Amino acid sequence: MPKVRVVKQESVGTGLYKMVFESPIDLKEKGFMPGQFLHLRPSESYDLLLRRPLSLCMADVEHNVLTVVYRAQGEGTKRLARLAAGDVVDVLGPLGHGFAAVSGDRRSLLVGGGIGVPPLVELGRYLKKQGQSVISVLGFQNKSQAILLDEFAQIGDMIVMSDDGTIGERGLVTGALTEDVLMDVDRFYSCGPTPMLKAVQATMKVFCVPGFLSLEERMGCGIGICVGCVHEISQKGELKYVKTCKEGPVFPSEEVVFS
Amino acid sequence: MIINSEDVDLSLDLFSRRFKNPVMPASGCFSFGREVSMLYDLNLLGAIVVKATTLTERLGNKTPRVAETPSGMLNAIGLQNPGVQRVMEEELPYLRRFDDLPVIVNVAGTAIEDYVEVVKALRDSPDVFAIELNISCPNVKCGGIQFGTDPLVAQEMVRAIKAVASVPVIVKLSPNVTDIVSMALACEEAGADALSLINTVVGMQIDVEKRRPLLANTSGGLSGPAIRPIAVRMVYEVSSRVKVPVIGIGGIMTGRDVVEFMMAGATAVQVGTANFVDPWSCPRIISELAQWCADHGVSRVTDLVGAAKQ
Repeated sequence: MPKVRVVKQESVGTGLYKMVFESPIDLKEKGFMPGQFLHLRPSESYDLLLRRPLSLCMADVEHNVLTVVYRAQGEGTKRLARLAAGDVVDVLGPLGHGFAAVSGDRRSLLVGGGIGVPPLVELGRYLKKQGQSVISVLGFQNKSQAILLDEFAQIGDMIVMSDDGTIGERGLVTGALTEDVLMDVDRFYSCGPTPMLKAVQATMKVFCVPGFLSLEERMGCGIGICVGCVHEISQKGELKYVKTCKEGPVFPSEEVVFS
Repeated sequence: MIINSEDVDLSLDLFSRRFKNPVMPASGCFSFGREVSMLYDLNLLGAIVVKATTLTERLGNKTPRVAETPSGMLNAIGLQNPGVQRVMEEELPYLRRFDDLPVIVNVAGTAIEDYVEVVKALRDSPDVFAIELNISCPNVKCGGIQFGTDPLVAQEMVRAIKAVASVPVIVKLSPNVTDIVSMALACEEAGADALSLINTVVGMQIDVEKRRPLLANTSGGLSGPAIRPIAVRMVYEVSSRVKVPVIGIGGIMTGRDVVEFMMAGATAVQVGTANFVDPWSCPRIISELAQWCADHGVSRVTDLVGAAKQ
């Protein structure tokens, strides 16, 4: 099993942690995509059996290290939060099919909500490197949950929304998706809670902007063998289940079906 | 006696074929082998049991389909598979590249006639070494479990399958019965060539925030180390009463766990949930088994079978 060393772990908000660890693969040689995920074992023992999927937030190819930002909510992520520099953690990945930049695009929109925000950092950096201009619309519950704002500020324009108005504008991310904001946007990329993705999908359809959604389903193996994490998509009028861990987690927005 | 782990004989004979070791991935826990074959050479396995196959395509249940439980997990996948024709055309031929890998196809359905049709179709495939009859899936309405809880119905099923099968038939038993020994005896009498046990234990988890069952299917099958003692007890009891080989299944995570099942009377074992935790589980378990035998002066793994009963 691929075991790697934790380089750093720090608290970045109430119940929120940022962990940096060695990559289990050579990033330069094997490559990776923004939007992929890492599958971490919370413990060496078998009491907390399954791995925890955490999205790749930042990849440092030169030092071959990866960063995840996650919420310590359940038993497993709470155990992960106790790891410190020098500790060993069992990591699979990066796994799955991530965000793909589309050639010819000049301006992209990132829409992130809560703990769905992290994977958009690496994507935003990548799009910027491709020469695109990027605008990010980020939504959080409140100020104590707001994360990665410095990183997004360096990527391009940024609009912050919060449920209670303690940071940015009060309201939902879809409230910020106005004609002005969407002007010249060729494509959007979104990750966040399912109700948000649903609303973003509907809004962007109205504005006729194509894009991608990163989905979340309860996952078992992370490599496509348990068929636990399927999501319904529609391709050429045909409804089918696809594996979020293998074919996803990122899908074209127009294909994603929310029941 | 000190021996090296490389010198331990892990092989066994099953259905007149030599298996290089007693460890095979369990149905539904390895898909059709493709994904894991990217990680290691499947020739290392004793055999492979591929995902349950039905007559026609099944989309499976809605999500959530999986949930973690203490030392285990619940699943309610709902037998998602592309149907027997596509399994024969698109999945099984892929496994031909592994020259020493007996392929066991798990067969499921909702009526005896469906099972018979699947088994008849599989006669045309050169890739099938044996069939595992899934009369114990708890996760679909009429998903086979009704055949696995009534000895007379099970017997009728096994007879119908034996009448058309061209390969050995393993019957996979459900633990969700009052008396698994009578189920085992009924299947053996009807002609089962081997028995595999146990399938998952029916369980349930409530999402207390939402005040609803967590799984979309309401209930699911419990697997993992949590069920191992149940499985060991059932293997012990069944293998004490039947003459056909018993394949042990239930929460095997390490080589030590294989030893436990073999001492309880299993001739071979299947590894399920462990593959989800660590995709390299099977080869690791095989080398741990060899090491355990070496450390304990056991030169042939078959010497362990039923050792706890002597």
